Amino acid sequence: MRGHPLFSPWLSLAPALTIVMVLLGASLLYAVAESMDFISVIGQDEISLNAYRETLNLNSEFWISLGFSLWISIASTFISSALALLLAVWLSERHGDADTLALNWNLAFPHLVWSVALLLFLSQSGLLARWAVALGLISTPADFPILVRDRFGIGIILSYISKEIPFLTLTILAVLRSQSIGYDVVAENLGAGRWQRLRYVTIPQVMPALLAGALLVFGFIFSSYEVPALLGVGYPRALPVLALRFFLDPDLRARSEGMVISLVITLIVSVVAVLSLKIEERE
Amino acid sequence: MSRYNQMKHTFTYTLRILLYLILIAPLLLFAAYAFSTRWFFPQPFPVEWTMGTFQRAINDSRTLSSMAQGVWIAFLVSILSLILALPTARVLGLRKFRGRQLAWLLLFLPTVIPPLAVGMGLNILFLRIGLAGTITGVVLAHIIPTLPYTIFTLSSAFARFDENYEYQALALGASPWQIFLKVTLRMMTPSLVVATLFAFLISWSQYLLTLLIGGGQVITLPILLFSAASGGNPSIIAMLSLLFVAPPVMVIAFTARSLNQHGNEIREQY
Repeated sequence: MRGHPLFSPWLSLAPALTIVMVLLGASLLYAVAESMDFISVIGQDEISLNAYRETLNLNSEFWISLGFSLWISIASTFISSALALLLAVWLSERHGDADTLALNWNLAFPHLVWSVALLLFLSQSGLLARWAVALGLISTPADFPILVRDRFGIGIILSYISKEIPFLTLTILAVLRSQSIGYDVVAENLGAGRWQRLRYVTIPQVMPALLAGALLVFGFIFSSYEVPALLGVGYPRALPVLALRFFLDPDLRARSEGMVISLVITLIVSVVAVLSLKIEERE
Repeated sequence: MSRYNQMKHTFTYTLRILLYLILIAPLLLFAAYAFSTRWFFPQPFPVEWTMGTFQRAINDSRTLSSMAQGVWIAFLVSILSLILALPTARVLGLRKFRGRQLAWLLLFLPTVIPPLAVGMGLNILFLRIGLAGTITGVVLAHIIPTLPYTIFTLSSAFARFDENYEYQALALGASPWQIFLKVTLRMMTPSLVVATLFAFLISWSQYLLTLLIGGGQVITLPILLFSAASGGNPSIIAMLSLLFVAPPVMVIAFTARSLNQHGNEIREQY
């Protein structure tokens, strides 16, 4: 029915908005309060910035974890963006629903289960190592390179790359397929080679969408827990892993430090999300 | 030239076959580990097949109850998200009003704020009001990530919805309830199905929020899988993985077509 002038659209928005605002608002409020020791489980309710001081202390593990998280997020985002760009260009020159369907298929495998698959495939006694033995490349598990649960986050990065390439490829393909092929053909007629067309026509066309998508991917990777927890090592560990470890620590005083770290993650991810939104809006 | 073309053709096909192999590879990998036994190290392929792990899994009350609990939670989450999203999506899809941008922004905040922060904050709140460790608490927490996607899917469907059908029904004497059931819902069915299924999947695969709110009392399959994967028997890990991906695999296989419209928006929630 058409909205009655007195029947404000906000009335229809109220249920969903209330739920979201109450739950999110309350959780953030409680997070900030606990980070300042104001609402603690041990009952010494006194505002202090101790947890901030402890966490942001130059000698604390926080900085190492921050560096590690930035490394895995930036490396994964960068590599998957580059590969997605190539794949999208390759696919856009062909038309087929089948490939788009294939790209969607990875939705069937949540990050958690995808990491488990990599664990079974790439560990030192995993399937790939067995095949390497069969091919005579190695003879014992120890000869196989440590690709998962390694100090450099290779397993984590591999997991994210393989999951994010389809997402970014579909994002780029949406742009490429929505535009007429005109520019590309014009450039070709003017004598531009394949790489020149990619460099001067295609990349500038898809750049805003790719950048916005890449920032989303960065934010997601930077703040997610499951993959680094499963495919990482005890040291260095990613920021979300460190935050949860502190939060679930039997020593209840550590909880506020966990909160501080999770707030730092939230802050960084929010800034990245705003950037992504701004880029998309400019388009 | 034709030789070059032929090479290119072969290359394209090889790449495509490779792509499809990669697609089913995880399932094959899980199946190899889950249905084999005594598959010791250097053997490249399973030598002895068994249904033992499967039988143990489906006779194990912990596995069964975790699946039942996961289905029940995901069912409640998708129904609730749908009820909350319908009026909102309709207004956002069909109306222009002051503050529309603001409403969008607020409703999309949950996609920005990490589940880690939300879960940790809600953990304290829910402990205080007695929702921690309960199904209700977990359902409420799961709604935070599912709602934005349900709203997004439905509002883009409403943007293409023609309200004149409803007027026609009104003019023909239908009651508002009849119009809602027989016109609105009928026309929205495809999007409703996609939205519901994805709300279901997001909830089904949720690990962190369940862990932080359920606090060891509400055990779902992702929780079992995660603890098994942190140091367990590969056969059991693979079997739990197969049980875990069965619903998503079926859903994606059945909704493949509509995914071309909505899939990419939902993806980042996993």
